[in-house]
Amino acid sequence: MNRRVASFALGWVLAGGMLAGGMWPAVAADRPPAQAEPRRSLTDRSVAWPSWLQWRGLLRLDDYNTRVVVLGVALLGCAAGMVGSFALLRKRALLGDALSHATLPGIGLAFVAAVSLGRDGKSLPILLLGATVTGLIGVGAILVMRHLTRLKEDTALGAVLSVFFGAGVALLGVIQQMKGGHAAGLEAFIYGKTASMALRDTLAIAVAAVLCIGVCLLLFKELKLLCFDEGFAGARGFPAVRLDVVLMALIVTVCIVGLQAVGLILVIALLVIPAAAARFWTDTMWKTFVVSGVLGAVGGMVGAGISAVFSRLPSGAMIVLVCAALFLFSMVFGTVRGLLIRGLHRTRLNRSVDRQHLLRAMYELLEASAGTPHRPPANGLDVDGSAQQGTVAFDELLATRSWSSLRLRRAIRRASRAGLLERRNERIRLTEQGVAEAVRRTRQHRLWELYLITYADVAPGRVDRQADAIEHILEPEILAELGALLDERRWEVPASPHPLGVGGVQTSLGDGAQRD
Amino acid sequence: MRNASNSGGAQVASQGSASSEAAAVPLSVYDLTVAYHRKPVIWDVGFDIPAGTLVGIVGPNGAGKSTLLKAVMDLIPRASGRIQVFGKDYAQSRRRVGYVPQRETVDWDFPVDALDVVTMGLYREIGWCLPVRKKHRRAAMEALERVGIADLAHRQISQLSGGQQQRTFLARALVQDADLYLMDEPFAAVDAATERAIVDVLREMQQRGKTAVVIHHDLQTVSAYFDHVVLLNMRVVASGLVGEVFTPDNLRKTYGGRLTLLDEVAEAMRNQERSL
Repeated sequence: MNRRVASFALGWVLAGGMLAGGMWPAVAADRPPAQAEPRRSLTDRSVAWPSWLQWRGLLRLDDYNTRVVVLGVALLGCAAGMVGSFALLRKRALLGDALSHATLPGIGLAFVAAVSLGRDGKSLPILLLGATVTGLIGVGAILVMRHLTRLKEDTALGAVLSVFFGAGVALLGVIQQMKGGHAAGLEAFIYGKTASMALRDTLAIAVAAVLCIGVCLLLFKELKLLCFDEGFAGARGFPAVRLDVVLMALIVTVCIVGLQAVGLILVIALLVIPAAAARFWTDTMWKTFVVSGVLGAVGGMVGAGISAVFSRLPSGAMIVLVCAALFLFSMVFGTVRGLLIRGLHRTRLNRSVDRQHLLRAMYELLEASAGTPHRPPANGLDVDGSAQQGTVAFDELLATRSWSSLRLRRAIRRASRAGLLERRNERIRLTEQGVAEAVRRTRQHRLWELYLITYADVAPGRVDRQADAIEHILEPEILAELGALLDERRWEVPASPHPLGVGGVQTSLGDGAQRD
Repeated sequence: MRNASNSGGAQVASQGSASSEAAAVPLSVYDLTVAYHRKPVIWDVGFDIPAGTLVGIVGPNGAGKSTLLKAVMDLIPRASGRIQVFGKDYAQSRRRVGYVPQRETVDWDFPVDALDVVTMGLYREIGWCLPVRKKHRRAAMEALERVGIADLAHRQISQLSGGQQQRTFLARALVQDADLYLMDEPFAAVDAATERAIVDVLREMQQRGKTAVVIHHDLQTVSAYFDHVVLLNMRVVASGLVGEVFTPDNLRKTYGGRLTLLDEVAEAMRNQERSL
């Protein structure tokens, strides 16, 4: 998971850095003043708050154009999320990033070629064709560098990504100087601009997205196997290389098709973020796949919607921000790996450990006071009216180990609520249920201590500490094995192999230190 | 292979009888050489594995044990040599071969549970683009029962212990009901219970006439677990019945070269330190 989060963070930092660095304005500033329609510089981000009517129109998807664009981008997001869930597991996500950056020179070249051939420079198919060509060249360059030199993949990736992007920016600068080069609009490919999407293009995007989803569904099982265990897939006769090519083709398709809506800088986010977020909700591949698709779709839909209302905000940024919000939400509230649920599990574990320590401390104190160390203190607990019989003072408990009085008090309160203890004034006694549990816990602890002394050559003075660390995770089978090994009768608690008493842990620690 | 022999002898002996009992021999390797970047990893390796035997492949780190298995399954290109699995090319006998890769080769954080992993052993039988059905899950469950972890079927694989992960891999190979099993260090870093479970499965397989070729690193248990052994260190030092081949002398030959080299390196380092 760490690696995934790291790659997510890296993509995010890259994207943010480029935005903040303002690489684009340097080019945009030279652009000739706007023509008939007042075009704004991309750096002009003044935002007008939309009217209520605009909001309502958006929510009801009144405008046919908006409706198509929003749904198209939602489909794109869904496809990206699904493809991304495989790409992430195959650790191919950053390759997608390099690919999308490498598309920029292709867009520029395609534009130049189309104009010089007397065609419309902004025809989407031509531009995307150019984008695909240089994108693939970029990926090829990475593979060649990695294969021929000893450079690591991330080095090759960083070099290719920046060089191609730089070449693209330079090329766009040149295009601005060209006569008849109405290049304005190409910048939409950098940051993404749903407003510039023609209806026909949107439909093409939707079709491509549906195709990607279809391929993912058809080859779900095979791609899953490839991502999990390439060697086994190969041994079983699945063409690993060809499956890899299919996955790469899916990534390429999503990146290229997403250029217009999300922009080449940010399209990687659509592959990475939903897939990373999905992992917080589930532990199975199918659910990861579906959740990732849904998150991508929501991100695309809401992002495109927002940018339809705030027309000056690039849609790519909006889509990514919505996705990031979904990611944060998933990270905190995710039902399987979310921070909250994990914190809850940890607290629960700590509490159960505290309870076990408490019960054992009770047992050992009672054992010491009863003077018959080998026998369970059940007889000492017979309710015969005498208040002191079978009870322990809070301070005595506090001295048994290094826990704070607050922590101990809480542990006692929880245990008494669970019916294991009873509190009488400042003294505490075990209930019947509590005795049984305390006997069980103490037995576990001592069996493990005996095992360590007998079989692992641990000094008796140190054994308490070591058994302390491990006893909470002993499973029933191991305990049964321990009992059999040490030839102890099933329910009897063996005598402690080291001196007990007030501050038993500290004593034994001191003991151990001397032995060292 | 019946007799203790060096690599050359083993091939010659097998080639004589190859035509008559080709179909019965689960695995024959002739003159196999594999190289990474032109540096040979295994060199001129040849041996036969008789049917119904448990075979241990033993040798030092870097001796080419995993490479050998991968070359058998056409996972890596071979520089020269020929491999026959049940008398045919691997691609034709693939259905009859089960593979247990090393545990470290996969990302255990992957979002699948133990049952999912075992089901992967059936993907080939299920067929391209078709979904996993109930009967496949049932078969996978039975395989998990055979290795004794059916109760963990729905645990995400990172929540399994190392031994349980290894058993999951074993179950994945078992589920396809192969005749020849190739296992890459199944006993590496597993608990005692898992070791016992794997040995039980191996014995049971042998009783049903299956063959297993197992890369093994624990010299203490070789005689107890296997009836045949291949001692490998780039070349086959010896192969044959454990009782005849697994001798101190052969072991010294297998592990010797490397150790002397280590000694030399250590000596060189000491000299360098002294000169400083």
